[in-house]
Amino acid sequence: MSHQPDRQEYNITAYTENQVGLLNRIAIIFSRRKINIESLNVSPSEIEGIHRFNIVITETEEVVSKLARQIEKQVEVLKVYYNTNADVIWQEMALYKVPTDVIAEKASVERLLRENGARAVVIRKDYTVFETTGHREETDALIKVLQPYGLIEFVRSARIAIIKASDGFNHKLRDFERREPSEDVAENEFLNSRDAVFTM
Amino acid sequence: MLINEPTTATAEPETTVLTAPETTVLTAPEATAPNSTGAEAVLNILLAEGVDTIFGYPGGAIIPIYDALYDFNDRLNHVLVRHEQGGIHAAQGYARSSGRVGVVFATSGPGATNLVTGLADAQIDSTPLVCITGQVFAHLLGTDAFQETDIINITTPVTKWNYQVTKAEEIPEALAKAFYIARSGRPGPVLIDITKNAQLQAFHFAPYAPCTHIRSYRPVPIVRPEYIREAAALINRAKKPFVLWGQGVVLGRAEAEFKAFIEKSGIPAAWTILGAGALPTDHPLNVGMLGMHGNYGPNVLTNECDVLIAIGMRFDDRVTGRLDKYAKQAKVIHLDIDPTEIDKNVAVTVPVWGDCKETLPLLTALIEPKTHPEWHQRFQDYMAEEVSAVINDELFPTGEELTMGEVLQQLNELTGGEAIIVTDVGQHQMVACRYAKFNHTRSNITSGGLGTMGFALPAAIGAKFGAPERPVVAIIGDGGVQMTIQELGTIMQTGVDVKIIILNNRFLGMVRQWQELFNSRRYSFVDIQSPDYVAVAAGYRIAGRRVEIRDELQPALRQMLEQPGSFLLEVLVAKENNIFPMVPQGCSVAEIRLR
Repeated sequence: MSHQPDRQEYNITAYTENQVGLLNRIAIIFSRRKINIESLNVSPSEIEGIHRFNIVITETEEVVSKLARQIEKQVEVLKVYYNTNADVIWQEMALYKVPTDVIAEKASVERLLRENGARAVVIRKDYTVFETTGHREETDALIKVLQPYGLIEFVRSARIAIIKASDGFNHKLRDFERREPSEDVAENEFLNSRDAVFTM
Repeated sequence: MLINEPTTATAEPETTVLTAPETTVLTAPEATAPNSTGAEAVLNILLAEGVDTIFGYPGGAIIPIYDALYDFNDRLNHVLVRHEQGGIHAAQGYARSSGRVGVVFATSGPGATNLVTGLADAQIDSTPLVCITGQVFAHLLGTDAFQETDIINITTPVTKWNYQVTKAEEIPEALAKAFYIARSGRPGPVLIDITKNAQLQAFHFAPYAPCTHIRSYRPVPIVRPEYIREAAALINRAKKPFVLWGQGVVLGRAEAEFKAFIEKSGIPAAWTILGAGALPTDHPLNVGMLGMHGNYGPNVLTNECDVLIAIGMRFDDRVTGRLDKYAKQAKVIHLDIDPTEIDKNVAVTVPVWGDCKETLPLLTALIEPKTHPEWHQRFQDYMAEEVSAVINDELFPTGEELTMGEVLQQLNELTGGEAIIVTDVGQHQMVACRYAKFNHTRSNITSGGLGTMGFALPAAIGAKFGAPERPVVAIIGDGGVQMTIQELGTIMQTGVDVKIIILNNRFLGMVRQWQELFNSRRYSFVDIQSPDYVAVAAGYRIAGRRVEIRDELQPALRQMLEQPGSFLLEVLVAKENNIFPMVPQGCSVAEIRLR
């Protein structure tokens, strides 16, 4: 695939309401332009009721800025920022599952952990789970190391990013939430009560 | 900068400030004894929102609402359409002629999916709608129950907002938000999907409070005085300024403010098809229509003006042609309520965010009164050229065959520009938009952005309900009318007075024109046969007449307009007449062809 020189990774940060269906509404803003989302993380923010999307795509700034405005235009979106990798601190987390007997017999575990900045999360008789956190190349490095020891399973999280600029959003969000509290999420409470509902 | 306010290349970065109003309007219903079902609440809310007409079609999942409607017959006029697509187009016509929110009912599954075309049409043409669909019982969601479709996810890309209600207590707030979102800011369609249990459920319905604020929704951006000043300075210095206006003027109810701006600045102004009528056709500063089949002068001179002032229009590709050759010489001022439109297609020199009803008077106050006689003369010269090359032959043909243009010309003479003209999509649409005379705003109702064939017949029905005091004339091609011809049944049943002109060229004319010009006359599947329309109309007890010769045209039009009730007039027009001028696809607006 050819990459235009002015395309680069952008981290889109969206603060939103916590609403069923909003993920889809945001995702289709990308899919309708046939833009692949490389990483997507949705989580509660530091303010209860306000959620935070971290979306990574590779595009030109012109396209990213239009996408950001289209996201911000959605009714349930509070604010959208976009930043290059240079403007954010970002991390991904990876988990690696390997057979305990193999790793214990054949590898110098201590050295392996130290060299890769990893830590053991679970040690069981049958397998051990390691964890690393970092940029893609850092989490990739441990895959190569563990592959010969019979890597059973590997998983990497979506990217999370914090904007470097010192003027954070926290106090504005907190003040906003104080003055206008979030509404509760309305989920379908009838889904598991089939016998209790009259049907026709 | 306030939340949801855009940043553009031209904007200075500012600190983000989140604001909230002093009070919230909606309050949770108190936990007291049930006094309403969900279905009754829906109808009471519609009344509270000022709804008088609903277009709809019943079905299993919306029976509770229809059951409640039985008792609201004296307060709510329900129009039973023949297909849900007809229902939503009728609601669009109602909204466009009246300036109010159009309301549609449909059942779940196929009823709901039949709304999708109309939602897409309303979304792209910024038409305020509230669609209420029935849904299967909440506990059946996701089980492929009978007539279940995931209408929320299906309609997400074609709605301004949508929401699924699964219990009656959610109904007041959901509907209040729906009306507020549909009509505020840049209007658009909203869909509320209500499960059957929520319609049946009894709950405590507290006094209804309409929504006036949603914390994560800023419908109108904050006006920046510095940009108003910059825009005014550019306009005051301009030698060859040119205004393009769109439907934003109509949606913002800013016709008077627009006229004041135009008349003080003396700037020639041209319109997109959805903007037609905001300034009367005969106004001396109205220089015609923009775009692919627009007038010669406005297109050519777009690439000569020094300041281009776009007001409530979105630089659609049918208006701009090739963007890399579009108005490159001009400084561009763009007034729009929707921040995503600024810089979307055309790079803007000065963005003027805001409701043009608010921004135009601010701008008018700062501009100097001017006239631009030499610049005006350029438009007139091009118009003279277009009249002799195209317009005379179209409006006053000497050949034997009738032209679409002469039908419009005769209609103009008889209606004097007082009628609401509703058009379908195709050649007749371009002819009607080019040649129909409009004295009033909200007079041109057409499917602009989506180009939906089948739009006109139901939209005309809705337009008449929205503006019962005005004559409504639907102009439809022989292709489009066969897409929603079943709505003649709606006309029959309601007795609504809609005049229908079918311009029959026995072709899917616009596709044929493209095949002629760009595909070596390979007329692939554009030869379409029609039924005997007058007989079809008679079957629906609608009067009709067919015209094939010129001498009969004016008497037939007169009969159509004077005879009470609906009337279908079929006019047999030239088979292979082309619509010119034309900006061929992929060309600059300055490369517009006269023939």
